Amino acid sequence: MLRQFPKSKMFESLQNGLQSAWKSVRGKGKLTEANMREGLAIVEQSLLEADVSYSVVQDFMGRVQEQALGQKVMQALDPGQQLIGVVRDELINLLGPVDSSLHLKSDTTVLMLCGLQGSGKTTTCAKLARLLLDNNVQSMLVAADLQRPAAIEQLHVNGDKLGVPVYSEPGAKDPVVVCQNAVKKAKAEGVRVVILDTAGRLAIDQQLMDELSLIDKRVAPDQVYLVVDGMTGQDAVNSAKSFNEALELNGVIMTKLDGDARGGALLSVKHVTGVPIKFIGTGEHLDALEPFRPEGMAGRILGLGDTLALVDEVRKIVDEDERQKWEEQAKKGEFTLDDFKLQMEKVAKPGLMQKMLGLLPGAAQLQEAMAGADSAKEAKRFIGMVNSMTPQERRNPKVIDPQRRARIAQGAGVQAQEVNQLVKNYEIMKQMVTGMANAGMGDRMRMLNQLKDGALMNPGAKLIKAKVGTGKRLSTEEKQKMKKLRERELKKRKRGGG
Amino acid sequence: MGWFDLLKQGLKKTSQVLNTDIRDLFKQEGRLVDDAFLTELFAILVRTDMGAGPAGEIRDQVRTEFRGRVVHMQDVLGTVRAKVREQLQQPEEPIQFANSGPTIVVVVGVNGSGKTTSIAKLTHMFKQQGKSVLLGAGDTFRAAAVRQLTIWAERLGAEIVTGNEGSDPASVAHRAVSQALEKNVDVCIIDTAGRLQTQTNLMNELAKIRRVITKQIDGAPHEVLLVLDATAGQNAISQAKGFSDAAGCTGIVLAKLDGTAKGGVVIAIRKQFDLPVKYIGTGEKSEDLALFNADEFVKALFE
Ligand SMILES: Nc1nc2c(ncn2[C@@H]2O[C@H](COP(=O)(O)OP(=O)(O)OP(=O)(O)O)[C@@H](O)[C@H]2O)c(=O)[nH]1
Ligand SMILES: Nc1nc2c(ncn2[C@@H]2O[C@H](COP(=O)(O)OP(=O)(O)OP(=O)(O)O)[C@@H](O)[C@H]2O)c(=O)[nH]1
Ligand SMILES: [Mg+2]
Ligand SMILES: [Mg+2]
Repeated sequence: MLRQFPKSKMFESLQNGLQSAWKSVRGKGKLTEANMREGLAIVEQSLLEADVSYSVVQDFMGRVQEQALGQKVMQALDPGQQLIGVVRDELINLLGPVDSSLHLKSDTTVLMLCGLQGSGKTTTCAKLARLLLDNNVQSMLVAADLQRPAAIEQLHVNGDKLGVPVYSEPGAKDPVVVCQNAVKKAKAEGVRVVILDTAGRLAIDQQLMDELSLIDKRVAPDQVYLVVDGMTGQDAVNSAKSFNEALELNGVIMTKLDGDARGGALLSVKHVTGVPIKFIGTGEHLDALEPFRPEGMAGRILGLGDTLALVDEVRKIVDEDERQKWEEQAKKGEFTLDDFKLQMEKVAKPGLMQKMLGLLPGAAQLQEAMAGADSAKEAKRFIGMVNSMTPQERRNPKVIDPQRRARIAQGAGVQAQEVNQLVKNYEIMKQMVTGMANAGMGDRMRMLNQLKDGALMNPGAKLIKAKVGTGKRLSTEEKQKMKKLRERELKKRKRGGG
Repeated sequence: MGWFDLLKQGLKKTSQVLNTDIRDLFKQEGRLVDDAFLTELFAILVRTDMGAGPAGEIRDQVRTEFRGRVVHMQDVLGTVRAKVREQLQQPEEPIQFANSGPTIVVVVGVNGSGKTTSIAKLTHMFKQQGKSVLLGAGDTFRAAAVRQLTIWAERLGAEIVTGNEGSDPASVAHRAVSQALEKNVDVCIIDTAGRLQTQTNLMNELAKIRRVITKQIDGAPHEVLLVLDATAGQNAISQAKGFSDAAGCTGIVLAKLDGTAKGGVVIAIRKQFDLPVKYIGTGEKSEDLALFNADEFVKALFE
């Protein structure tokens, strides 16, 4: 039986809350202060729960209200979706613009990373070196953290892993001198990029902040980046402000976004520093550094999950031509068992499922629910069954009678019952896929949510057992709804909307 | 009772009365509890990281209790403090020592929260209490993590059991506990690699470490301490849940409380999971550890 898991509360409150708050406004007049009040309160609460600092939230809500006020509520949209749209656009607007360039000069460029203790500076230094290495740019890491036990060794281990030189002075007492010497050496050797790994420090530790300022003055790094922990709370405004005042930052890198933190502190940091967000860290391995994308982050902060990243991830494994062919077919309502099999093969890749789930809201609970399910193995059984079908059966599974069923089961080495389950499952999937292909972004989101709730993302046993156990298939009503949705979207498309 | 005492008592009564309702009428600098006041209160509460939900609850309570009255913000905060303090109250005994044989402490938490440093601090504290300490370097993953703990062990005069980089942390824990038994040390503390609570495999690894230890000593580990970063926001709730589910946490070490962050999220955690804060970290040195004190914590909360 499918294990129950709690739905992502935030997702619920934002989606459903907004929907119910605005049922009355649908297709009626404009967004006004009065009819937006409830919806705005929900957005505000959501941002606070995402750890956006209080003052920043206030400022943000003011902007959103300004943007939304007087907007006509479109017939096709429900007002909740419309407000989410405004909120998302404004978030993207504030988090951007995108600038992941390290602004390398023709001679030696010096990068300096700073931040609170344990935020991920040393690891990120190594990740940057790795990124440069991937682009055939030689760099040098500099161990300027003389405080923390084994900080120098940590950088050396990472440098060795990458084959990137690490400059350190054993027994040195003054990080300013170490940095000066390192840059001198790098320049003499023609090293393109120097990356300074500074010690973690509190923004209120005046002595250590002065030390940082001194490095800044004496070594004059070209780019100074603040490394911020993705799990940071309300204090983000204070520390970012202090670091920016002491150093004039050039960029921000947020780490540890591979978990379920909403990362709202990023908006706070951006708000008080105004400098571009360069990269995000998504893992402990040295290749887990990604250029910053405001779209994905906006969805994440709002608790809507990073649907775009999800799409990207799926795109990576399905090549573009194939995908387009697929979407075309799906739009026409064609989705054969062969397509199903293909999808299964792609998804059966170990680890992929977990990664995809990690991009959805409520991922932690979902993964918990999925733990132990060997979806890859189950998918293989499916593939085996499809393989023992004739082309006709694959195109039109309705022809599968008990006789054929027995043959297929024997060929795949499974119980006849399982063939039934496969077909039922395929039908549900078909509804989903063809519905999805014709849906707009908002509807896709809703369907993804349904998918998640039904654990349909698991192509294996869970789905079958759940469906067979309760004897539940898509109800007529659900099918009807799906059909209507498709028709509506098609009409919209014809009208040139969409 | 002499007349002087009687007078004093009478005055006290009057001042008590004045302290409540009637005094409001004469308050010069007091403020009316209106929407602006309540919003300001909400902001102060949210800034502690206690969470918008709990902050909203308190605000609504204050609204019903004080609506239309003239008060001082400090007085209201005083009431809030008292309530929070009540919620955070806990028994005196911070560490559950084993009745006999070594006490096994496992330290867990997300990346960079302050686990290894907190172990150094605990070691220092146990040493001060005249106990012998053996460390298990269970972080076999992060670059130079073993070296970091080894340096602390050397500085503090503790024994240490290590494994190779990439080796099974459960086997390091097993060897550490074996040695602790053999040498009959008082406390054995196991370090673990930082991990995010969403990483199922790594969380299972913690569960395995726990199982291995329980097999060696009935009732062990005696303490599983979750190290939280005081600068963390609402994600700490997810951390508390994830780590408690996987490793059975018995208490929290709230590290990095020497900064400007208030660590208010532990209020929500205490309420939801009944997980007490046992120690706080107030710096990077081995002495920078203090017993959690609810009074001092709430005092600092709204400063
Ligand atoms: N999951 C995850 N862990 C990360 C990420 N970036 C860094 N870490 C981990 O976070 C921890 C702290 O990282 P460090 O690079 O040592 O942090 P630091 O800022 O140099 O720390 P100090 O020098 O002590 O101030 C380590 O366990 C890293 O492996 C990330 O993007 N995701
Ligand atoms: N200011 C301050 N810094 C602290 C405190 N506790 C730890 N730190 C610092 O935070 C950084 C990370 O501490 P670690 O003990 O290495 O953290 P960890 O949880 O073991 O990290 P990983 O093993 O990489 O996951 C180091 O620079 C510590 O010196 C504290 O109470 N106050
Ligand atoms: Mg470091
Ligand atoms: Mg550690």
